[in-house]
Amino acid sequence: MVRLDINGRQHTIDAPPDMPLLWAIRDLVGLTGTKFGCGIAQCGACTVHLDGVAVRACVMPVSAVGERKITTIEGVSATPAGQRVQAAWRALDVVQCGYCQSGQVMSAAALIASNPKPSDADIDAAMAGNICRCGTYNRIRAAVRQAAKEA
Amino acid sequence: MHGDAQETDVSRRGFLKFAAMVGAAGGGGLLFGFSVPARSQGEGRRSVIGGDGVETPQPGVFAPNAFIQIARSGQVTLIMPKVEMGQGVYTSIPMLLAEELEVPLERITLVHAPPDGKLFNDPLLGEQLTGASTSIRYAWEPMRKAGASARTLLVTAAARRWKVDPSTCIAQAGRVTHPPSRRSIGYGELVDDAAKLPPPQDVRLKAPKDFRLIGTRVKRLDSPEKVDGTAMFGLDVRLPGMVYAAIATCPVFGGTLASVDDTHARKMPGVQQVVRFDNGVAVIGAHTWAAKRGLQALVIRWNEGPDAKVSTETIVADLVKASRRSGAVARREGDVDKAFAKARTRIDAVFQQPFLAHATMEPVNCTVHVRPDGCEVWTGTQVPGRVVDAAARVTGLPPGKITVHNYLLGGGFGRRLEIDMVTQAVKIARQLRVPVKVVWTREEDIQHDMYRPYYYDRISAGLDDSGKPLAWQHRIVGSSIMARYAPAAMMPNGVDPDAVAVAAELPYDLPNQLVDYVRQEPRDVPTAFWRGVGPTRGAFVVESFIDMLAQAAKVDPVAYRRDLLRKSPRALYVLNEAVRASGWKPGVSQGNGRGSGVSVMHAFDSFFAMVVDVTVQNGEVRVNRVTCVVDCGMAVNPDTIEAQMQGGIIFGLTAALYSQITIRAGRVEQSNFNDYRMLRINETPEIDVHIVKSSEAPGGIGEPGTSALQPALANAIHAATGRRLHTLPVGDQLKART
Repeated sequence: MVRLDINGRQHTIDAPPDMPLLWAIRDLVGLTGTKFGCGIAQCGACTVHLDGVAVRACVMPVSAVGERKITTIEGVSATPAGQRVQAAWRALDVVQCGYCQSGQVMSAAALIASNPKPSDADIDAAMAGNICRCGTYNRIRAAVRQAAKEA
Repeated sequence: MHGDAQETDVSRRGFLKFAAMVGAAGGGGLLFGFSVPARSQGEGRRSVIGGDGVETPQPGVFAPNAFIQIARSGQVTLIMPKVEMGQGVYTSIPMLLAEELEVPLERITLVHAPPDGKLFNDPLLGEQLTGASTSIRYAWEPMRKAGASARTLLVTAAARRWKVDPSTCIAQAGRVTHPPSRRSIGYGELVDDAAKLPPPQDVRLKAPKDFRLIGTRVKRLDSPEKVDGTAMFGLDVRLPGMVYAAIATCPVFGGTLASVDDTHARKMPGVQQVVRFDNGVAVIGAHTWAAKRGLQALVIRWNEGPDAKVSTETIVADLVKASRRSGAVARREGDVDKAFAKARTRIDAVFQQPFLAHATMEPVNCTVHVRPDGCEVWTGTQVPGRVVDAAARVTGLPPGKITVHNYLLGGGFGRRLEIDMVTQAVKIARQLRVPVKVVWTREEDIQHDMYRPYYYDRISAGLDDSGKPLAWQHRIVGSSIMARYAPAAMMPNGVDPDAVAVAAELPYDLPNQLVDYVRQEPRDVPTAFWRGVGPTRGAFVVESFIDMLAQAAKVDPVAYRRDLLRKSPRALYVLNEAVRASGWKPGVSQGNGRGSGVSVMHAFDSFFAMVVDVTVQNGEVRVNRVTCVVDCGMAVNPDTIEAQMQGGIIFGLTAALYSQITIRAGRVEQSNFNDYRMLRINETPEIDVHIVKSSEAPGGIGEPGTSALQPALANAIHAATGRRLHTLPVGDQLKART
């Protein structure tokens, strides 16, 4: 049995220790906002926060999470940075198909929380791990800038 | 900017051509008088997508046509015949309806249309299909007429109740008002009366000057749920008792499963069953991880079959050989042989474009439950009707026993026009008693895609004394997707109208031209439509070649095109606008590492010009800026058009710079984003989109950004380095020789 703190709620799940956090969140806890994209930490669709730090859940075994608090896209609006990022995403209509956007929002929220006034280079560096096949990058950049402006 | 009063018959011809191109044109027109079962609305659900169209009917709902249901609460439900894969139709199509129905946009909830060819076929495509950038072209008239028709009935119902002349009533914001008597009533209160009225014979549509929504930057209705993780894609389906499947399919195309030793796998915790199908094996687990671990523990032997000897090299050798045959004629003007004989200079070129994978961010997946008396499928598909057919074929059940629950698509790009994943999932599910979710790994997704074909083009021109093309000959060689996908759309002489798109209908004035097509299939490598379809293939070749001719004629590439576009005013207009907006200067210097390139394209009933500005250093291409001018006729939602052009450009840049699927020993060599590279935010240029104001009927915008970008990029690289790219992708080509 593994105990996970997800979005402030305790979950006890029957997961083998090597199970990636992604599948524990999606299949066992039932939160499907966190997406599967590549399984090798190349695309960022599975991004969640561990104690506020963005990590790729597809390569993070549940046994390695420990006591750290997990925030997923379903819970990020409870954080000031998450709220600002989501508001900016809506205001600038960033999304297209939307599949990668949970991960984009999580990466952006972690950036804003740790670096409230990121430069364009900071934005590119923090967001370069998140692939968007629809090509929403121009608006992602603008939305992160806007979220930072309102910090 | 203006584009009015530039009426040509180009659009109309394009439309007819297109209708012929992508499928037998259906009956056309709007299907009034049908009603679909109403559905219950999840109370308090804030998603714009209320359901999947297969829920039970409710009384007291006014359903004046196949697309609209109005409840007594005044809530409007739009039965969406098109699917949302990012292109914005879940906003733009409701805008068309709301404009004429006179309701606030936020009062509309959407339901994915169930598969029903009679009600929801797109006459442009002859099928209930979302693709080929047709959604707005398709919906433009019928959806506004559906709204106007319902509004007319509601107004009539109100007028009868008040015993006044309907022409003295006004419909506005979901209410009918009668200003002389200051009476007003909500649509919801009129639905029972309106439902008893016969459908109006003739409805009048608004004049464009009266539009309050169309042409404005309306926010996407699906944005909130895609920002907070509640949006539901096929991958997100969860059902009681559902199990998870991990699959392995024969790595060699055309191969089959020989044997499986599952001794170890069956002992692993969470592994429930091992299921075989013709070309693969699935491990069924209590969760994805158990299934994946079980799969790793299998010992699998494959019958690789004859394709084990196939490689990119053998496929290209087949294409080269085929390119020496004369093909089926797609276009013939004047006398090319005579024109070549008279020409002063002859230019010949070969262009090659690789196999490409779709790599939608949502990997291929399908959830299926087969019962003795029926089959349910949960997936995101561009072709719900084909999903029904696929499930019926595998199960032997009649189509009426198949239910499809459609979802948001995490990217389509043509991948979800195919039903291979449905067929496979049903083959697995029929061996189980419970619903099973089949999710492909990214590796399966890349290695068992159905690919944009490898194309081989030979193109030649003969220039006259002034450098203008007197003769133009273009041979296209490659797989015919249409022959497999929609054989009825093939030309009687064997021309695949998709393969020759753009190439056979250039906006340029070319007095003597011969365009032909030779079909050559890449053995068992499956091929499919890919964003931009034929125009992506065609535009790269012809727009690169036009630049080569300009260079031979020692004329600026913009000036060269202008001279040939005199009979294509809309194409000329976008070119001139792109030149102005980008600050293009004639005679851009070459070889200093920075340069600009241009392209012009007429496709999908729209016109495009792009200017790409690049810097090339040590063989690495940095794209600084892309300027894009689009004339897509009437702009329904300019914000969506801008987003689609930006996205299409990035899709095209990704492919042109990095993408190729290569085959060795019958297997795809790439496997994931580490070796099938995607453009990332730090590589993304500034993209300026300029939309021409036009009163023409709307054209397509979902795909052409991809198509028009690639030649402009190649031309910019030539301007920067002097190197002409005859083969995509750019890859390392510039490194060895820079």
